[in-house]
Parts: sequence; C-alpha cells; structure tokens
Amino acid sequence: MVAPEAPLAPNGPRTDRRGRRRTGRALSRSTPLLPAVVLLAVFLIGPIVQAFYGALTNSSLTGSAAQESEFVGLQNFADLFADPVFPKSVLLTTAFLVFSAIIGQNVLGLGLALLLRTGSRPVRVGVSTVVVGAWIMPEIVASFAAYAFFAEEGTLNSILGAVGIAGPSWLYSFPMLSVILANVWRGTAFSMLVYSAAINDVPPEITESAEVDGATGWQRLIRITIPMIRRSISTNLMLTTLQTLSVFTLIYVMTGGGPGTNSSTLPVLAYQEAFSFSQLGFGTAIAVILLLVGALFSIIYLRALKPEVD
Amino acid sequence: MRKRALAALAVVASAALILSGCSGASGDSSSTIKVAYQKYGTFVQLDSLMKKVKKEFEAANKGITVQLQPIQAAEGDYYTKLALQNKSSSTAPDVMYEDTFQVKSDVAAGYLAPLDSYIAKWNEWDQFLGNAKQAGLGDDGKTYGISMGTDTRALWYNRQLFQKAGLDVPWKPKTWDEVLSAAKTIKQKLPGVIPFNVYSGKAQGEAATMQGFEMLLYGTKDTLYDTNGKKWVAGSKGFSDSLQFVQEVYQGGLGPTPQQALDKNIGTTISSEWLPKGKLAISLDGSWQSGTWLSTGTAPWPEWNDVMGQAPMPTQNGQSPGATSMSGGWTLAMGSKSKNKSAAWNFIKLALNKENSMGYDIAASQIAVRKDVAADPAYQKANPSFEFFSSIVPVTNFRPATQDYPKISNAITVAMEAVMTGQQSPKQAAADYDQTLTSIVGDKNITK
Repeated sequence: MVAPEAPLAPNGPRTDRRGRRRTGRALSRSTPLLPAVVLLAVFLIGPIVQAFYGALTNSSLTGSAAQESEFVGLQNFADLFADPVFPKSVLLTTAFLVFSAIIGQNVLGLGLALLLRTGSRPVRVGVSTVVVGAWIMPEIVASFAAYAFFAEEGTLNSILGAVGIAGPSWLYSFPMLSVILANVWRGTAFSMLVYSAAINDVPPEITESAEVDGATGWQRLIRITIPMIRRSISTNLMLTTLQTLSVFTLIYVMTGGGPGTNSSTLPVLAYQEAFSFSQLGFGTAIAVILLLVGALFSIIYLRALKPEVD
Repeated sequence: MRKRALAALAVVASAALILSGCSGASGDSSSTIKVAYQKYGTFVQLDSLMKKVKKEFEAANKGITVQLQPIQAAEGDYYTKLALQNKSSSTAPDVMYEDTFQVKSDVAAGYLAPLDSYIAKWNEWDQFLGNAKQAGLGDDGKTYGISMGTDTRALWYNRQLFQKAGLDVPWKPKTWDEVLSAAKTIKQKLPGVIPFNVYSGKAQGEAATMQGFEMLLYGTKDTLYDTNGKKWVAGSKGFSDSLQFVQEVYQGGLGPTPQQALDKNIGTTISSEWLPKGKLAISLDGSWQSGTWLSTGTAPWPEWNDVMGQAPMPTQNGQSPGATSMSGGWTLAMGSKSKNKSAAWNFIKLALNKENSMGYDIAASQIAVRKDVAADPAYQKANPSFEFFSSIVPVTNFRPATQDYPKISNAITVAMEAVMTGQQSPKQAAADYDQTLTSIVGDKNITK
C-alpha cells in the first residue's frame, strides 16, 4: 500500500520539509493507536500513579482523614519500617515465594512435564487431569478445599488418624507450611503446562544425537533440554513469581494471616491495615512496596536468564 | 481521510467509555431511601424490625420506597463495608445502623448528618435517657445518632455445670483469682467442657476489646483514657495485668483453643451451640445473649433461664465498687449524602417510636433507653435477665469517646492476639501497644 521511503540524503536541501512531513505522517498514522494508549494510561498507569500518591497520604476509612486526607510525605514508609511486623512480613512473603513458587511450582512442574513425556497415555491423561483440576478451580473454591484439607478435623488429619497418627493443628501450628503446600498444589499445573509445551518444542534430533554420543539422561536434561527451554523458564519464573507475590485469597481463607502475624504476607498485611484497621494510606504504602518487589524480581529474571538472546 | 475519521471516532468512543465510567449513574431519586444495617449469624432481630418499619413507612408515605440493605458481615467487616458505602454518594445510605463508638469518628469523616433541627421538633426526644443522648454526640456537640438501646456486660455461667463440678450456685466471684479458680475447677472436674470464654484477638474486633479487654482493664485501677486530662494512658500496670489475664486463660488451657477463639464465627457458635449444649461453662459476654434463645431468636432454648445464671464481673482484687461493666449500644444515624433527609428522619422517628423501640429492645434483649419503654410492664416482664443487667448499670463504664478510639481498639486486639497465641509476653505486647498508640494520637496526647 505505502511505497517504501527513499533513503534520505544526509544534508539535502529538502530534508527539513521532508522531515516535518514525515513526523506529521507518523503522527497521523499513529492516531488510531491513541485510544489504546489512552485506555492503557487510564487503566494501567493511572492506578499505579494513584497508588504511589495514596501511599504518601494519611487517607483513612473513618475519622477526619477520611474527609480530607493530607499529604504526609514518607511518613507511612517511616512508620512501616519502624514496625516490627513489617520485616517479619517481608520474610514470610519471601519464604512463601521461594518455597511455593520458585522451588515448589517450578521444579515440580518441570519434573511432571518431563515424566509425562515418557508416560503412557492413560497415565498422562490421569495425572494431568488431577494436576490441572486444582488450577481450573476458582481461587476461592480451591482455598476452601485447602482449608478443609488442613483444618483440625480435616481430610489430612482424618487420614493420619486412620493410620493411628494424631495430626497436629496444621493451620495453627504450621500456618506457613500449610499455605505453601496449598499454593504448590494449586499452581503446579500452570508450570507443568508451560514446560510441557516448551519441551515438545525441543527438536528430537538433538536429544537423539546426544544419546548416540553417550550422554546420560541427566546430562541430556542439563546440557540440552534446560538450555533450550531457557526462555520458557524465564517467562514461567516471572509469571509464577508475580502470581505468588499477589496471592491473597488462599492465605486469607486458610489462616487469615494468623495466628497472630505468623502468616501475614505483604498482601494480607496490606489488606488488614487498609480495610480492617481503616488506614488506607498505610495499607497502600505496603502495596507499593509489593509492587517494587515484583518489579525487582522481574528485572532479575530478565537479566539473569536473558530470554532475548538465543 | 477515512482513517482520520475512524481515529476521531475511536477517540470519542473511548472518551465516552471512560467518562461514563467516571460519572457513575446515580439512579437514586429522592423517592427512594436506602437503609443499611447489619444482619449476621444470630443477629436477625434488627432485620425483622427494619422489615416491619419499611411496611409501616411505605403505607404512611405514599410514593417513597424504602430500600433495605442488610449487610451480611461480622462486626469488624460491617464497619468497613459501611465506610466504603459511605465514601461514594451513589452508594451512601440515607439511614444507617451505627455503633456508638464509631459515631465521633464517622462524624469527623463527614459521613453523618446532624439531627438537631429535627430533634428540636420531636416531642418524644425527652423520653430518652441522658446517657443515651450523650452517646449520639459528635465532637462538635451536635447529635448524630438516636440510641436504639444499650447494654451491659457480665459473666454468664451454666448452673448445672457448676453444680456438677461442685461449685457454689449462685456464683458471685469477688476477684479475678476467684474467676480463674472456678475455671480451673471446671477444667479439672469436667474434662470436655470449655471452662471460660473471653473474646480475644483481631478476628473478634470490637467484641474482643470491649467484652474482653475493657471488662478487665476497667476493673483495675487504670483506664484507657484520662477523661479529665484528655490524654491516652500508656504503660499502665492495669494494661499489662489485663493482658496477663488473657494469657492465663488461653495459654493455661482455661479457654477455647486459640484456633477456636480466632474463628470469626465464635460469637455465633457460643450463643447457638456451646452455651445451650453445655459445652462452655462461663462466658464473659453481653446482656443481649438471651435474645438468641427467645422464641423469636435463631436458636430458641426455652430452659435458658433455668440453666444460665449471671454474675457481675469482679474488679481485679475486689476493690471498690466490687464489680465492673462496660456499656455501649447502637444508634440509627442519617447519612450526610442523603438526597431526601426529611424522609430519612421520618424513617428514624418511626423506627424508634415507643412501640418499635420496645419490640426491638425485647427481641434483641437490649436495655431500654426510652423512659416509657423501661417503665412498661410488658418490657419488664419480657425477659428475666433484664433485672440483673439493669442492676449493674451503676458500676458500668463507657468507652473513650474520641474519634481515634476505633484505631486504638484495633491495636488492643493485636496485643491480645499476641499474648493469647504465646507470641509475645504481656509486657512486650503492652510495649508494642504503647508504640502504636503514640503513632495514632501523637506524643503530646499521652500520659504515662
């Protein structure tokens, strides 16, 4: 439709006019993008900007600050860093992230994907149905299912009781372990699907030739498969990390962040401060920190695994 | 040209989309008034009252529709949902069920409308007791809420379980130690029975602060707030002693297990299951308990008055006045964003006339705040526990009436949860509370 542009003479006499015409044309050509850009700005950047601003106010659900919130600068962050609950919450969030997403979901998902490749068809269908089942369930249903499993008189303790073991009160005595296991159960399917797709894309000739060269199964995995699915690993790590950082329903339903603050990860803490304790500004400050942590992890993955280089 | 036209169209369309989202169609004409209130667990008496008043109101005011908005949420969540509703003029209710401790805070937030001009023309206002009038005041001295009833708190105990454990009935403990020793006897003699419940922890919200912590603290020599100096009290011995008591109950195995106590539904479980089935021997609880067991309640229990006894909560060491109690209560208030304030006022007036007040006070086991209701023989005979709970009014206390109270109440539940779960000692939890208190009210509003 459009004729390719003739290359410009570096300092031809008409550069100026042509340049201006080009800018004009580029502008008019990008006009149809404007609505999309506006929508993006309003619905994606808008809330982020608002969150950053909200974190700098004393906005509240009740009391005089609800009527006219004041700009308080970095006071919320100062209070937050002075609060002993905050470092504990960061630690819990990190533990939740590392054990349930980075180790649990990723390693288990990759393992399942590798095993399924060699499994027989009925095994494949059976296992993937069971694993994906947890993923299909709406979050709140999965959360209640996990609660029913770990509750004091729940499934787990009934099974343990049947073999003569008196199970502990999981949600109370081991709240983090319970929510980590629940999140692994719920999220593994996603990693498994991503890795299955990626492994299917590894050309069989390469693995076969490695096999002919005498590479063991383990060497093939480390030297061939993993480097070739590096980009999927990076994408998957990023997605599961961001998903896990924002897990709220699962923890809130299972333990409510308790007992005490023993399972209050950052999202639960933010909710509690903003909505249970009416301090919207303070809660937003926690949410902003969560946003920064997520951004930090994304950058690390992008840098460390260099998905763009093949 | 066509591209440009398309682009322009797209811009207009997206702008329209965004703007329509912002404007928020407010379909409420002034011919509808919205009434927001709590309906949760065993608390359904208010719902019945509102349904009745809606019918009467619509019959008397043709053309005005009452839209009832029962909020199904536990107490803490109710305040949050109501506040969120109040924030936007398209969802703000015209009439709302408002806890007295929340009034000053919500007045400061600009959610409530002053009622003085309406009260001035209301000939029934002088029927209300002074305390009840006081409870609806904002910081500016204007009236914002009309009291529906009040309450007191004391120890409910199961006479049958006490007799089985060999304890004296009627029970009248004189100190905290006597309360705990009775609980210990029950633990020893009646395994399987939960000896003693004190509401505690974040999940119970204001119930933990008021029914639990303040019932203890106001029985020590200290208080939360120095009313004369208008300063909050930090680092008091009474505060850590009260936390110590909570710790002894939960860590000493005298209460429900902490996981039961931290369940949001424990209030419902206690009144509809544990007490009627004899699974709990003593509960530090409100005067409204019996409302659930009346034939109009959600868990009728005809024998409740034979089984359940009441004893005043003693002071720490039996010091004068010997017993203590806390009083609160709820009001009906008008939303400041109401588009038809006179209709809203008429609704409040109708809901709290003598007949409706009395019906509600009897059904929900409230202590009447209207003189004509309190004096009515029908009210006096309706519930055998009214006499006891009215008799402790002389020793009762009220919560600090300041707009910071709701936030401080939350800080108290955090301290309680920390000691009941054994995560902190009473001293550490009290120190953390002092720090939170300072950040809420500032150094200059604190006395040590």
